[in-house]
Amino acid sequence: MTNRNAIHLQGVEFGWQQGVPVLDVTELTVAAGERVFVKGPSGSGKTTLLSLVGGIVTPQRGTVQVLGQDLGPLSGAQRDRFRAHHIGFIFQMFNLIPYLTVLENVLLPCRFSRRRRGRIAAAGETPRAAATRLLQQLDLSASLLHVPVTRLSVGQQQRVAAARALIGAPELVVADEPTSALDTDRRRAFLSLLQQECQRSNTTLLFVSHDDALENAFQRTVHLPAINRASRQEVVA
Amino acid sequence: MSLLTLAWKSIRNRLFSVVLTVVSIALSVLLLVSVERVRHEARESFANTVAGTDLIVGARGGQVQLLLYSIFRMGNATNNISWESYQELRQHRDVAWTVPLSLGDSHRGFRVLGTNGDYFQHYRFGRKQALSFRAGAAFDGVYDAVLGADVARELGYGIGESIVLSHGTGEVSLQEHGDQPFRVVGILAKTGTPVDRTVHIRLQGMEAIHAGWVGGRPTALSRLRRAPDPEALQPKSVTAVLVGLKSPMAVFQLQRYINEYRAEPLLAAMPGVALQELWDTLALVQQALLAISVMVVLVGITGMATAMLAGLNERRREMAVLRSVGARPWHIFVLVQGEALIIMLVSVVLGVSGMYLLHLLLAPWLEQQWGLYLSLRGLSPTECWLLGGALVSGLSVGLVPAYRAYRFSLADGMTVRL
Repeated sequence: MTNRNAIHLQGVEFGWQQGVPVLDVTELTVAAGERVFVKGPSGSGKTTLLSLVGGIVTPQRGTVQVLGQDLGPLSGAQRDRFRAHHIGFIFQMFNLIPYLTVLENVLLPCRFSRRRRGRIAAAGETPRAAATRLLQQLDLSASLLHVPVTRLSVGQQQRVAAARALIGAPELVVADEPTSALDTDRRRAFLSLLQQECQRSNTTLLFVSHDDALENAFQRTVHLPAINRASRQEVVA
Repeated sequence: MSLLTLAWKSIRNRLFSVVLTVVSIALSVLLLVSVERVRHEARESFANTVAGTDLIVGARGGQVQLLLYSIFRMGNATNNISWESYQELRQHRDVAWTVPLSLGDSHRGFRVLGTNGDYFQHYRFGRKQALSFRAGAAFDGVYDAVLGADVARELGYGIGESIVLSHGTGEVSLQEHGDQPFRVVGILAKTGTPVDRTVHIRLQGMEAIHAGWVGGRPTALSRLRRAPDPEALQPKSVTAVLVGLKSPMAVFQLQRYINEYRAEPLLAAMPGVALQELWDTLALVQQALLAISVMVVLVGITGMATAMLAGLNERRREMAVLRSVGARPWHIFVLVQGEALIIMLVSVVLGVSGMYLLHLLLAPWLEQQWGLYLSLRGLSPTECWLLGGALVSGLSVGLVPAYRAYRFSLADGMTVRL
């Protein structure tokens, strides 16, 4: 076990139903600060992998370590707290709370994680200033701060979600098909902004998608069906 | 941003359906506190109507009926007390004072009471308060009248006004005593009792306008001949008599004496006992009303739970997002429970405000139509208990959607599988 690794899966087996494994991975390691593209068609266990890394579920067999912490022995509440402190999420769509403004959405993680607030304070910023800065870096003007998120385009919404995932400098950002609702140009722009931000704050990025075109934007690609024995079995069957 | 603020913003996002829920609960709370208030005030009003009187004496019948016609000016007596019996009662050794009451006429819907000067001296209401004059003084002449506060206010009468009494107690009467008008000589201060709605005249005045009448109708003779000397008129009977004793110890003894009176069938009732009996006959109705309004509140609260449960499915996405930004399942629980809290608090505040508003709007009408005098006051302990009960029930019922949301968020995690 080493703190150099952001994610380390060993001998992990998981199935939503007993006896029907959907993920069976001997080993998967993502180094700290690495930006990894996890590629796989739908049904290849991508969402399950993210649920395991996020501590939403625990494997039936094997260990999941995130930032050097074995999630297995933690209680549900402890995993919740760990996730709030250390992991930012971006989903495919509907990432935002519709009745909150852009700024309120970005500030939400600070409401639930003392650690994230603390890191912002340690950097000599207020949460509001941090949010404004992140939004600016993600190419969202200050005039949008108090706009209801429902008035934004999908591309803008995804960038707000990215700012929210990054606020308070979590060590790991997990993105689940965040670009699938965007057109090609916007997809590229979003990706480069996200990469820039992760690089700037030395954040590990786990980016999951079925879209091969995005592959060359990343340092490393993991082909999920290649390491997931469960999906191969399924294909054979 | 606190969870309650988050709950509030979420509510604002679904304002229309939440407003409907709030309106239904607020209305049910309004009903609940109004029923309780009217109940309480009616009782107070009842109990305050007569005080300091030891016995009410009338013709034999029910004591509630006696109380209703003699004190509340409701309904009519079936029989009278003869003048002789009244005189004997007056002179009984245990009796300190008596007030004769003679009813049957009216003036534009207000009852006319024939009595004597002792009425103003001995009648007590509320906490043994005596009647006082707002203007003028007690009657002196046969055709003098003293008005209750409401009579003067509603009809706009002042001292010196000439009024014509009508035979019978209906709003519209065919038999008017137009030939013998009365003059207003005094107006009483407000008492909050049926006294306010009464026109007081002397027994002799009552006798004078009916002189020569037979069977409740004027005769040819009476039309032609007015009583030569009204002062000398001797009433033949009175409707009821209020009796005050020298010593309260004698009350049972005198009551039995009157109830066993040989010369004519009489009834003596203790006001407190009669009031209690009157109250008891109404108690069932009131309790039923209160029970129904409690049910209505429960129905409103159930409606809230239904609306919240129905809304949860649409909000699963919202909850999953909250979970992904670090909300724990108990945060989700508090968020939904907070919504119930906000809905209940707003409803209770609206319901109580509505009750006060209704009070201000309806008080004059209740007073006029039902003789119910409502005092504007803060919430009573009972009302606080009822409201607290509604709040607690609302929060308890809110536990159901809150727990369900909690289960959802545990099962869904950050991804919604629908």
